[in-house]
Amino acid sequence: MSDTTPSDQPEGMSPDPSGEEPILYADTVDEYLPRDVVTAAGDESDQRERFRQSPGLDTELVDMTRTASLWGDAWRQLRRRPVFIISAVMILILVIISLVPGLFATHDPRDCNLIDSLLLPSSEHWFGTDLQGCDYYSRTLYGTRVSISIGIIVVFFITIIAVTGGSIAGYYGGVTDSIIGRITDIWFVIPTILGGIVILSVTRSRNIGTVSLVLIVLGWATLLRLVRSSVLAAKANDYVDAARVMGASNARIIIRHILPNAIAPVIIVSAIYIGVVIAAEAALSFLGVGLQLPAISWGLMIATAQQRIITAPYLLIFPGAFLSVTVFSFILMGDALRDALDPKLR
Amino acid sequence: MVLGCSLALPLVADEEGTDLGRYLIRRVLQFIPVFFGATFLIFALVFLMPGDPIRALSGDKPLAPEVVVALQERYHLDEPFYKQYAIYITNVFQGDFGSDFRGYPVRDLMLDRLPVTIRLALLAFLFEVVIGLTAGVVAGVRKGKFFDSLVLVSTLVVIAIPIFVLGFIGQIVFGVKLGWFPISGYREGWYSLMLPALVLASLSLAYVARLSRTSLVENLRADYVRTARAKGLSTSRVIGIHTLRNSLIPVVTYLAVDLGALMGGAIITETIFNLPGLGRAVFDAARAQEGAVVIGIATFLVIVYMIANLLVDVLYGVLDPRIRYE
Repeated sequence: MSDTTPSDQPEGMSPDPSGEEPILYADTVDEYLPRDVVTAAGDESDQRERFRQSPGLDTELVDMTRTASLWGDAWRQLRRRPVFIISAVMILILVIISLVPGLFATHDPRDCNLIDSLLLPSSEHWFGTDLQGCDYYSRTLYGTRVSISIGIIVVFFITIIAVTGGSIAGYYGGVTDSIIGRITDIWFVIPTILGGIVILSVTRSRNIGTVSLVLIVLGWATLLRLVRSSVLAAKANDYVDAARVMGASNARIIIRHILPNAIAPVIIVSAIYIGVVIAAEAALSFLGVGLQLPAISWGLMIATAQQRIITAPYLLIFPGAFLSVTVFSFILMGDALRDALDPKLR
Repeated sequence: MVLGCSLALPLVADEEGTDLGRYLIRRVLQFIPVFFGATFLIFALVFLMPGDPIRALSGDKPLAPEVVVALQERYHLDEPFYKQYAIYITNVFQGDFGSDFRGYPVRDLMLDRLPVTIRLALLAFLFEVVIGLTAGVVAGVRKGKFFDSLVLVSTLVVIAIPIFVLGFIGQIVFGVKLGWFPISGYREGWYSLMLPALVLASLSLAYVARLSRTSLVENLRADYVRTARAKGLSTSRVIGIHTLRNSLIPVVTYLAVDLGALMGGAIITETIFNLPGLGRAVFDAARAQEGAVVIGIATFLVIVYMIANLLVDVLYGVLDPRIRYE
C-alpha cells in the first residue's frame, strides 16, 4: 500500500478519524462511474480531466483510486489501530514459525533422550523436557505448524463453499434457496465436536488432511448462512437493479456488484474462524480422536500433560499458552477487521 | 461452533406481517425434514463404523452360524441401511432407542446420565445470566471507563483460551492450590458441579457480556432514550426501564439457543472433570464403537439443539414487535 498521508486527499474523502461511524458502504459502485474516480464534491468529470492534464499527478490518481474503495478506507483505518497491528504482528510471527520452525528451535523435536526425562525449564531446555526427554520448547514451536496449517486449510475451503453456496442461494432465491437452505439446516444442527468425535473415532489413520476434511465438512454451514444473508442485503440495493437493467449477466452481477459489497462480514468471520478451527483441532486431538502420535500437536501435548498436571504443570502451560495466543491473535484480528470494515456490527 | 450468536437470526422485518400461528406451523414443518436429515446423517456416519457388532457381542468364543443369522435378523443387520434407519427411527418415536452391547437399553442409559448433564447445563446457564449479564450491563453503562475496558479485555481472553485449557487452569487453581472445589468426579448435589459449570459457561458468558454491552450501548443512542432523558427521568429509570428492556432482546435469544448448545458442549467439560453425563457417555461410546449409544445420544442432543433454535425464532418475534413473521 502506498504512503498516502491524509493531506493528500481532497476534503470530504477521508473518513473522519474521530467520527463514530464512518460511512464505508459507498453506494457508488456503478459500472459507469469508474471506481477509481473520486466522487468528491464537484463535477467529477472535471476533476478527472484536471488530473489527466496535470503532469506528474498520475501517481496520486492511483493513490486516490485505492483510498476511495472500501478496502482503502479499511486499510487506512486498520494501520492506525494498535489492535490490528498487534494481531497482525503476532499472526506473522506464528506463520513464520510454522513455515520454518527449525530457524527458532534449539533442538530437533524428535531427537529425544530418555535420560533427560521431565527436566524443569532451564537454559539448555527453555520449556523443560517431556516424559520422553524431548526438548519441549522445540516441540511447542513445531506444533505451530499443525495448528496454523489446519486453521488456514479449513477456513480456505469453508469460505469457498460458503461464498459459492451462499451467493447462489441468496441471489437466486426460490427453490434453489430452499434446497440449499434445508441442506445447510441439517449440517447446522450437528455440533462440530460431537460430529468430529463420531466421524474421527472410526477413522483409522488420522493426519492433517483427514482432520481438516472433517472440520470442513462440519463447519461450512454457519458461514454459508452468513454469506446468504449478506448477499440478500446487498441484492436489495439499487445498483444491482441498475446493472440488471443494463443487461449484466447473473454471474457478473454476483461477482462484480454483490460480492464486493457482501464480503466484509465474511472476511471478519473467516478470520475469527481460523482461531475457532485451531481450537477445535486441539480439542479433538486432546480427546484422542484428532491427530495421532508421532504428530506434534498442541492438543496431543496437552492431553499427555494432563496426567502430570500436579508434578509438571509446565508441560500443560507452554502448549496451552501457545494455543491460546494463536487463537487470541486470530480473534483479535477479526475484531480489528470488524471495526474497520463494518462499524455497524460493533 | 461458537459463532452462532449473531448469525442465527433468519427473520427479516417485513411490512406485510402474518400472524404467529401460521409462522409457527411453517417453522415446525421446516423442522421435520431437518430432523430426518440430521438423524439420517448421524445414522449414516455411525453405520460407516467398522467392526461387526455381533462378533463384538460374542467375544472370544465364536457363535454358531445359526445364532449369528438369528441375531442379524433380530437386530435387522441383514437389511440395507436405509431400511435399518427407517426401523430405528420408528422405534425412536415409540421411545425405544435400542440397546448397547450388553443388552442395556440406551434409553435407560440416557435417563441415568441425563440428570448430571441437565444440572451442569442449568448451573452453567445461571452463571451466564448472572455474571455475563451483570458485567455486560455495567460495562455498557460505563462505556469507555475502566470497568468497560476490563470486561472487554477479560472476555476476549476467555474467548481465546480453549475450554480444555481453561478446565485445567481451573483444576490447578481452584482444585489443587486453593482446594475450594473437588478436582474431578461427581458427588450427589450441586457443589461438585460448580467448577465444571463455570468452565462450561465461560465462553458463552463472555459472549453474553459482550453482546449485552454492545446492545445496551447501541440502544442508549436511540431517540427514545433522549426523549426519556429530556422528560427529566432519572438515569436509573432511563436505563433500568427503558433501555434495558429493548437491549436485552438479542441477549435473551442468544441465551435460549445457548441452553441447547450447552447440552452438546458438555462433552469436553464432562471428560476433563470426569462427570457421568451424556457428553461423557457419547464420547466413551464413540471410542468403544458402540453405535447404538452414539446414535441415541447424538439424536437426542440434536433434537434439543433444534428445539432451542426454534424457540429462539419464536421468542425473537414475541419480544420484538418490530420483527414480523414472514
